[in-house]
Amino acid sequence: MITPDLGITLVVLPLTGALLAFLIRKHAHWIGLGTALAVSLILASLLTDLVTSPGDYYYTLGGWGAPLGIELHLDGLSAFMLMASVVTGLGVSLYAFSYFRIPPQDNGKSAAFWSLWLFLWAGLNALFLSADLFNLYVTLELIGLSAVALTALAGSRDALISAIRYLLTSLLGSLCYLLGIALLYHTYATVDLTLLSGRITAQPSTQAALALITAGLLLKSALFPLHFWLPPAHGSAAAPVSALLSALVVKASFYLLARLWLELFHPIHNLMPDLLGWFGAAAIIWGSLLALRQIRLKLLIAYSTVAQLGYFFLVFPLADNQSDEMLVGAWQGAFYMLLAHAFAKSAMFLAAGNIQLFSGHDRILEFDHIAQRLPLTLAAFSLAGVSIMGLPPSGGFTGKWLLLEAAIAQERWGYAIIILMGGLLAAGYVFKVIGHAFTQAQTESFISETRTIPAMMQWVALALALVSILLGCYPAPLLELLTIGNPFNFFHPGS
Amino acid sequence: MITQSWLPLLVLLTSLLSGLIIFTLPENNVRTRTTLNLLAAFSKIGLVSWMIWHIYQGQHYQIHIQFLPNIDFILQMDPLAVMFVSLSAVLWLVTTFYAIGYLEGSPHRSRFFGFFSLCVAATSGVAMAGNLLTFLICYELLTLAAYPLIVHRGTEAARKAGRTYLIYTIGGGVSLLTGTVWLYTLTGTLDFTPQGFVQQLSPALHPQLTIIFMLLIMGLGVKAALVPLHGWLPQAMVAPAPVSALLHAVAVVKAGAFGIVRVLYDVYGIDFSATLGVTAPLVMLAAITIIYGSLRALTQDNLKRRLAFSTVSQVSYITLGVALAGPIGAIGGLVHLVHQGLMKITLFFCAGNLAETLGIHKISEMKGVGRRMPLTMTAFTLAALGMIGVPPIAGFISKWYLGMGALQSGLTWVIGVLLISTLLNAAYFLPILYTAWFDRPDTEPIAHPKTSRLLLWPPLITALLSLAAGLFAALPYTPLEWARFIVDLEFLQP
Repeated sequence: MITPDLGITLVVLPLTGALLAFLIRKHAHWIGLGTALAVSLILASLLTDLVTSPGDYYYTLGGWGAPLGIELHLDGLSAFMLMASVVTGLGVSLYAFSYFRIPPQDNGKSAAFWSLWLFLWAGLNALFLSADLFNLYVTLELIGLSAVALTALAGSRDALISAIRYLLTSLLGSLCYLLGIALLYHTYATVDLTLLSGRITAQPSTQAALALITAGLLLKSALFPLHFWLPPAHGSAAAPVSALLSALVVKASFYLLARLWLELFHPIHNLMPDLLGWFGAAAIIWGSLLALRQIRLKLLIAYSTVAQLGYFFLVFPLADNQSDEMLVGAWQGAFYMLLAHAFAKSAMFLAAGNIQLFSGHDRILEFDHIAQRLPLTLAAFSLAGVSIMGLPPSGGFTGKWLLLEAAIAQERWGYAIIILMGGLLAAGYVFKVIGHAFTQAQTESFISETRTIPAMMQWVALALALVSILLGCYPAPLLELLTIGNPFNFFHPGS
Repeated sequence: MITQSWLPLLVLLTSLLSGLIIFTLPENNVRTRTTLNLLAAFSKIGLVSWMIWHIYQGQHYQIHIQFLPNIDFILQMDPLAVMFVSLSAVLWLVTTFYAIGYLEGSPHRSRFFGFFSLCVAATSGVAMAGNLLTFLICYELLTLAAYPLIVHRGTEAARKAGRTYLIYTIGGGVSLLTGTVWLYTLTGTLDFTPQGFVQQLSPALHPQLTIIFMLLIMGLGVKAALVPLHGWLPQAMVAPAPVSALLHAVAVVKAGAFGIVRVLYDVYGIDFSATLGVTAPLVMLAAITIIYGSLRALTQDNLKRRLAFSTVSQVSYITLGVALAGPIGAIGGLVHLVHQGLMKITLFFCAGNLAETLGIHKISEMKGVGRRMPLTMTAFTLAALGMIGVPPIAGFISKWYLGMGALQSGLTWVIGVLLISTLLNAAYFLPILYTAWFDRPDTEPIAHPKTSRLLLWPPLITALLSLAAGLFAALPYTPLEWARFIVDLEFLQP
């Protein structure tokens, strides 16, 4: 049995940390680091509990159950997402601890970062644990607002403009989502997911709610063609912030969409799965092509996120109307890819941050003689690249294998080709960067003015990249964790 | 008796771990790096010999690690794996000595030896893979690990060659992946089985199986340099000599050829492949590659480039032999896997010595080098004659069995191909030998050149090995005997 408090602590702890960091600005970085370590320990014990006694857990806050009180829900899927959030979060926290103490970053910025980031973290963990629609809305807003503020933290003109655009998009998305919930509440008089799933039927108002909620979440998770806000925001934010945005924030809304789909909308869908699949496919191709064309490293990585997000959405058509085994395989593939992408993409952004700090710019064409002077950072970028390309052994490969298997078994050749093409294009843009590391031995005259990078920042990037590779070496237990509590067979439990 | 055994994994780890540790060593820590390299190479040979000894006594080595829900990561030492692993273990040791001598004092050595070990680890994985997924993983790892070696010099030409290499191999990887996943959706298993595991599928699926076969061969053919997928190989010769040697003799090119053997024997089964009608086109393709590679080799003046086209031609002997679908041809193809490795590595070592000692890269500059570097050129001569197929050197044995195999399969035109190829081999190797031994140098040599012993011994050893493999071919423990053993398993068991 799991102590319910553990799950709640994952939310309360970062929230407290955020407040403390805001109040005691001078020591914000220590508070942040302490919180990150504590959260990691708690997650570790939570996961141990879940694996030793697998199941689908609900617990109520303050003893008030649904429909009145707030209910939290923990199963394999939420644990999986918490893992993505906590491991990436810990890595980024360690990185930021050094990053925000390097001039020109000042103490004020550091305090702002830590309180906002811990706030964001609380929102993420709460979202992964929530089980009612309104609660989910609140966490979505928490995430959106703190993410916008974090983007603006970089302070440059570009960053401010893209933050404002991000804010408007994010608010529009939330608004759509809220409207959808209002419709559902009006029709079924509850916002609890379990209760709703028992009552939901295919009426016009439900269809409208489905459309609104989906549109809002798609906007927030930047699925093509609604991705316009993402590259400038992710490309102009500070390195640790970009890592968080790309690795976690966009995935939170994807997770929510998947969860609602699995638990609510599955029986009443119409054209939706194919539509999402087509947009996903377009995202893979379009995002990759644009990534290939970028001349700045951070924008390249941001467009790569647009492309990789597309992969996750392929699961909707591929898992639709399938036998249990096929359905679970496709979902496992999508979420495994998501986890690997979280680690790989954060590693890439952190590596890009190192390169930018080291050389003062991130123009790819001028990386000759720079890239090879940062071997650890380059190793991090390359290993993360392997996972993004989906080459074995890496988490990206495992996920891609499962998705490809589903596509080919159903003879959906279009999707299979898109999945493979995406890998080829990714190889193109990853090697576009790595190629610059292999230059002739440099002469003295080539050495340009550079800044030293703290070892911690290099090692954190490498560690995250290594995790994304290791995910591909022994995936079986994690794939099993994902199915604890049967999140993908919601409608036919036991089968 | 099959028991779970960690030994195959250990063989993989000897080179994998040493590679990873070498990455962390500082550039000038030569002693530790050398010790580690040699320790790993020797312990790998030790482990492999230990296993071969026990395999003779009936022991089987296999390890299963759960990977995906229904597919395991399997490493095993079946006879075919033993052949390739032994080749890679022996040549790794020799090449390590050579590379230490060759790269003395040059930059980025930790990076070089790290990726070098990774390449060997991946090759061992390719050899020992017990199913197509494991094979795919190691095969792709090899693709990635070889890239930094090809672009090692960092010159514009090297980077261009690296790009070409990536375009070809990653494209090939995609084709292999598609074929593998597709096959898995049909059969639900990927485990290598003697005589194949796809024949029980219903005949309605045979067209699909043919397409899958094409996808797999396309993926493997890129590395095996089957025409028209060979374009990257001649360009990749810009890499340092030890890399070219390893690439052409053991690692990348051989992994492709070895994969073709695996697909024919342990996925489709040779009889079923013949029934499916996929072996005949493969024989055609191999024959075209053999002739085309030799023709292109004729006109190259750059020594390494000529050798590269010669590889294109010679590696296809392996494909040709197994695709003939008869036991005798198969012996010829399999034994050539080893023989070509020994001879080609010698040739590249010698080319590297010429470039290092005298700065000679072109054949037109080789006038009279035989007198200036007699030992190197003796090794070169032995290997070149072996390539042509002069008895009693190893190459003759391969060609003999290939020819007999062609007769046995009733494809007499293949004999013609072998004859033409032999003539062409002679036409592009003999002029080199002639100019090296009998032409007068253009300028009088200033001083007697000195090649370091680390560079001199490896080609001599491999040249002698290829001579021995031919001379003593009929004795036990030789490549030929082992090839017979493998072929017995594939053809004679019910």
